[in-house]
Amino acid sequence: MAWVGAAILAVGSFTGCGSREAEAAAESGKQEEGASGSLKGNISMSGSTSMEKLANSLAESFMLKYPGVTVKPEFTGSSAGIEAVAAGNVDIGNSSRELKDSEKEAGAVENIVAIDGIAVVLDPANTVTDLSKDQLIGIYKGEIRNWSEIGGNEMPIVVIGREAGSGTRDAFEEILGIKDACAYASELDSTGTVMAKVASVPGAIGYVSLDVVDDTVITAALDGVEAEPDNIKAGSYFLSRPFVMATRGEIAEQSELVQEFFRYLETEEGKAVISGAGLIVPD
Amino acid sequence: MENQKTITIMGSSQNKSAVEKAAQSVFTVCAFMAVMAVASITIYMIINGTPALFKVGVGELLLGTEWAPGAAQPSYGIFYIILTSVIGTALAVLLGVPIGVLTAVFLAELAPGRVAAVIQPAVELLAGIPSVIYGLLGVMILNPLMYRLELRLFHGSATHQFTGGANLISAVIVLAVMILPTVINISTSAIRAVPEHLRAASEALGASRIQTIFRVVLPAAGSGIITAVVLGVGRAVGEAMAISLVSGSSVNFPLPFHSVRFLTTAIVSEMGYAADTHRQVLFTIGLVLFTFIMLINISLTRILKKGEKEND
Repeated sequence: MAWVGAAILAVGSFTGCGSREAEAAAESGKQEEGASGSLKGNISMSGSTSMEKLANSLAESFMLKYPGVTVKPEFTGSSAGIEAVAAGNVDIGNSSRELKDSEKEAGAVENIVAIDGIAVVLDPANTVTDLSKDQLIGIYKGEIRNWSEIGGNEMPIVVIGREAGSGTRDAFEEILGIKDACAYASELDSTGTVMAKVASVPGAIGYVSLDVVDDTVITAALDGVEAEPDNIKAGSYFLSRPFVMATRGEIAEQSELVQEFFRYLETEEGKAVISGAGLIVPD
Repeated sequence: MENQKTITIMGSSQNKSAVEKAAQSVFTVCAFMAVMAVASITIYMIINGTPALFKVGVGELLLGTEWAPGAAQPSYGIFYIILTSVIGTALAVLLGVPIGVLTAVFLAELAPGRVAAVIQPAVELLAGIPSVIYGLLGVMILNPLMYRLELRLFHGSATHQFTGGANLISAVIVLAVMILPTVINISTSAIRAVPEHLRAASEALGASRIQTIFRVVLPAAGSGIITAVVLGVGRAVGEAMAISLVSGSSVNFPLPFHSVRFLTTAIVSEMGYAADTHRQVLFTIGLVLFTFIMLINISLTRILKKGEKEND
């Protein structure tokens, strides 16, 4: 099959028009390269709901580049996605956490395509600039209610978060292990309003995607580690998680189409899509 | 001569009737557009709003107090949200209506021409300001003031959750200001419509100006003022943008210094990312809101009909 595909790809790039063989080949088996210098076929993808934005925008831009290709992401949850890819039901399994050893043993290979970093922001007058993980959990669960309890000024803590369903909230609560245990004073429906609120309310604390922080607020260091992309890539900043597109076996063992998809992620275009989704491109 | 002959009475009447008929059908079509819109919205809301009622359970959905749509065991109780809308609207009306009606009395009965000439356009301008502007002003001015008050009132409290001023009171104040123009405009015309001879009779009996206003004019303008109140309630119930900025948007029992979520803001804030049952529940919230608005409108038509009968 592979040599047919390669031949057609060569023919296609020379003639620049569709041929019957190409169509026949594309129909005869999935993930065959078509004519017109472009690929044809389907990439199936399922997994993490947190990766919905990334997966959808990657799928859209990839399909725009290769009109013959259909990328259909489904959002079933990280574990279900990895299970599906290990069983060979889908080409790519999306996971918003690192793969477990048992999953790797089952044949899934971890390909980190992006890193989701979250910054904890404080109002500009706050004297606390470093928070430990336990302090952060305590604040968001409503156990720590005053900055003086953790070495700050005598000032109540105004806990600001995002609305249910927000990917940032999802990630924040998941990483800290406080899913739906948070006592929010305000649940705002956009990153911009969180930033504005934190900047204007004394004693406020909020969380936003790392790419939007500016100097209207203080970005807290966590466990002494600054919220910098380099620290996140190094893995020392704990409020981050990898976005994994797992495959069954190494990328090189995948079909030409899936390989092309991963090559696309490496291109400037692909990287732009990843950072456009508010994520950090790994090295 | 030949040309003139062609214009006969018969021809002209035929042309006329054709034009009449065409115009009539155009009007009919236009009139049905509104009916179609109402009908399709009603049907759409019912179709989309009811599945979640059965899926989650009517009691659990409408009377449940826990709103955690993203949890592993999601719960979709919207009771506090409904309560917030009811209480918030009631408080806004309690605050806004007296101010509005008294302003209307002042405008219609007491204000010297020049003063009225300043107030009247100001009120009309107030009606035209987009709601998001009210919200922004609330965020910039009201919330910081409320936060100062909150810090003072709850100083040292171990149990109060500080909201940074985004609370029920802020939302109520914003809503009260927003319903002012509706209340003022409709009340003013109702008061102006009270026949002059009633006032003359009252004053002839020796009643003072203020006595006349409270004993004669306002009761006579009653149905108009109630209309104003009901329309004000309608505006307050349906407002989303302004209060989504000032109310804090956490689902809590509606106490003055709690961060609260209204029916409207519940839909607005979570529609973006909601999926499956969560999304359907948001439609159900829309259905609840829609039912409220319908009830308000039905009572309004009742009041208007009653008023007409009394005036006859």
